[in-house]
Amino acid sequence: MGLFNRLIAKVRGTSTASPLDWAEIETELLQSDLGPALVSELLSAAQKMRGDDAESAVKEILSSKLSQKSRTLADSQSTNVVMVVGVNGTGKTTSVAKLATLLHGHGDSVLLAAADTFRAAAVDQLTTWGDRIGVEVIAGREGAEPASVAFDSVKRAIDSKSKYLIIDTAGRLHNKSDLMAELGKVKRVIEKGLPVAEVLLVIDATTGQNGLAQAKIFSEAVEVTGLILTKLDGSARGGVALAIESSLDIPIKYIGTGEGAGDFAPFNSDSYLEGLLA
Amino acid sequence: MFDTLSSKFAGAFSALRSRGKISEKDIDATTADIRQALLEADVALEVVESFTQKIHEKSLEVLPTLQSGTNQAQAIFDVVNGELTEILGGGARRVRLAKNPPTVIMLAGLQGAGKTTLAAKLAKFFKDQGDTPILIASDLQRPNAVNQLQVVGQAAGVPVFAPEPGNGIGNPVKVAQDGIAFAKSKLHNIVIVDTAGRLGVDEELMKEAIAIRDAVNPDEILFVVDAMIGQDAVRTAKAFQDGVGFDGVVLTKLDGDARGGAALSISALTGRPIMFASTGEKLSDFEIFYPDRMASRILGMGDVATLAEQAKKAFDGDSAKKLEDKFIAGEDFTLDDFLEQIEAMSKMGSMGKLLGMLPGAGQMKKQIDNFDESEITRTKAIVQSMTPLERRDLKVLNGSRRARIALGAGRKVSDVNALVDKFTAAQKMMKQMRNGGMPAGMPPGMPGMPPAPKKAAPIQKKKSKSGNPAKRALENG
Repeated sequence: MGLFNRLIAKVRGTSTASPLDWAEIETELLQSDLGPALVSELLSAAQKMRGDDAESAVKEILSSKLSQKSRTLADSQSTNVVMVVGVNGTGKTTSVAKLATLLHGHGDSVLLAAADTFRAAAVDQLTTWGDRIGVEVIAGREGAEPASVAFDSVKRAIDSKSKYLIIDTAGRLHNKSDLMAELGKVKRVIEKGLPVAEVLLVIDATTGQNGLAQAKIFSEAVEVTGLILTKLDGSARGGVALAIESSLDIPIKYIGTGEGAGDFAPFNSDSYLEGLLA
Repeated sequence: MFDTLSSKFAGAFSALRSRGKISEKDIDATTADIRQALLEADVALEVVESFTQKIHEKSLEVLPTLQSGTNQAQAIFDVVNGELTEILGGGARRVRLAKNPPTVIMLAGLQGAGKTTLAAKLAKFFKDQGDTPILIASDLQRPNAVNQLQVVGQAAGVPVFAPEPGNGIGNPVKVAQDGIAFAKSKLHNIVIVDTAGRLGVDEELMKEAIAIRDAVNPDEILFVVDAMIGQDAVRTAKAFQDGVGFDGVVLTKLDGDARGGAALSISALTGRPIMFASTGEKLSDFEIFYPDRMASRILGMGDVATLAEQAKKAFDGDSAKKLEDKFIAGEDFTLDDFLEQIEAMSKMGSMGKLLGMLPGAGQMKKQIDNFDESEITRTKAIVQSMTPLERRDLKVLNGSRRARIALGAGRKVSDVNALVDKFTAAQKMMKQMRNGGMPAGMPPGMPGMPPAPKKAAPIQKKKSKSGNPAKRALENG
């Protein structure tokens, strides 16, 4: 029986609840990377509930932790600039390519900018993706100033009247204050040309509670407007994303579920919550 | 890394130390604090439970044998330190070298763990030891992974065997096989096989990893894991252990602020030691993982052993010897020598990282984080803007020369003046020292670090270990 069903059974049969069962449920919730704070909050809410409509009640507790903000990509401008940021190895470049595929598939014009001029071959990685999906990529030389690449791409996006400009940035650990300052600069330079419509933070589903620190500090630097939760096709449940939604009010906008260009979808709260408690 | 955990531990122990006589209840409280700290640090649950249980038991065991007084808390501290070292994997283990070269090392792990970067770091590590490593590009999955390996391989000065362009084209098993044959024919003694990232649950890709393993018959399979991984570490590590299997673990992105859950869990869960740690984006940001040193870093005792080693590595060789000879011969310490010293220092890694290894570094965390690394670059720029004559003899520096230097270095004249003043003072001090008045604790042969990179001062102390010329002669001899 899945954790979700057990939790419901638990809530229904409150009379037979023994502390041991609650401990077991706590263990499993902790293993979903929800974090000790959110888990104890959920448990105390669940313990207060009584019988009847347990299933919807449990679902309601969980969804009450979700952010109420819009989960669709902003598209009100004539050119919408989307910055994609995150720590190293979470899947930024792949997510940029997948997002471009998705938008391109809907018939929107998309321009990509490879502003990750730091990691070896990152620019080539995005260019290869661009060729695959037939989207133009503005690329800087390796070692070029990322802000200048971003600015060039903004100019190009205005000229070509692209609906979306997606800017890939170099991975950086959030505790490197100089690199975070660099990211802030990239954003400010972009805003000399166009307002930034979205800043999407890429979070690896295997990440633990450190994801909270990532979201917090990236938000301080560039005001994150949404999350992309990647690698959900693995055994990790990505519970830290719910912790981020609940404590920082940043909505998950997309999820990544594989290496193919199509393994990417808008966030669906029901299936995410079910997966969390599977 | 480990800062939060470290400060939580510090809190738990300072509470304990403030007790005159420690009771069973105090131990219960300390154990509970430690449990909470470990959970917040993403340590796998089963590891947390067994760890706290052991601490609890052992602490209660030693308690009755202790006299009352401060050493009680210390004894409990020692128990925790011992257990911490234990779950981090006990003693450090080195890579097993094959009897008949080449030694084959295969890397495996999730996507984005940092395998490709690590491959180059590992190759550089061996190359610096005088081995002749070669890299094999068997990640044909991720777009431009092959290209990335070639770039980082070149940066490390290590050849890369990459017959296939990658991006989904080519057979990784065959590449690995051919790579081994190639390495043998060229007499490379270490072969590092980079493989595609794969999820633990992806059976197909796990089979591919097994096929590569069977084709190259590696001496070591290293599981590369991101230090920021959460509770999934348990499932993933087990999936890799049951799938391709591994002999050792490499932790990457240890320079982040992850609280070390993965580090603390993985070797306990799999029984495989953590062998290396990767701590930054530069190829030299790579170190052998010593469980005991990591335990003492977590407990806020610093890591002086690593610091001393790195100092030795950076200052070994001719430059220190040359300087010593100069000093004994009565020549002046010049700005040229100073420049050499700065360069040796920067070889040791960033100043922040070095300072972080000092005991009690946790309390200075803020200052360390704010240390301006470019101060060193600026100082270097000023010295490099001087002519050889000026570097030898600061007395020739008149106003116009100073203005020229400032312009060349892109600094203000006042910066040049400050450097000159500080350096002159240091020179004077060294002269005094040579003329007999040797201040205690300032051995003569010490590669002088005049105060220009201001906060570098604490490092001096550490180096004084090999400072005595007679002793150093023995050490080097």
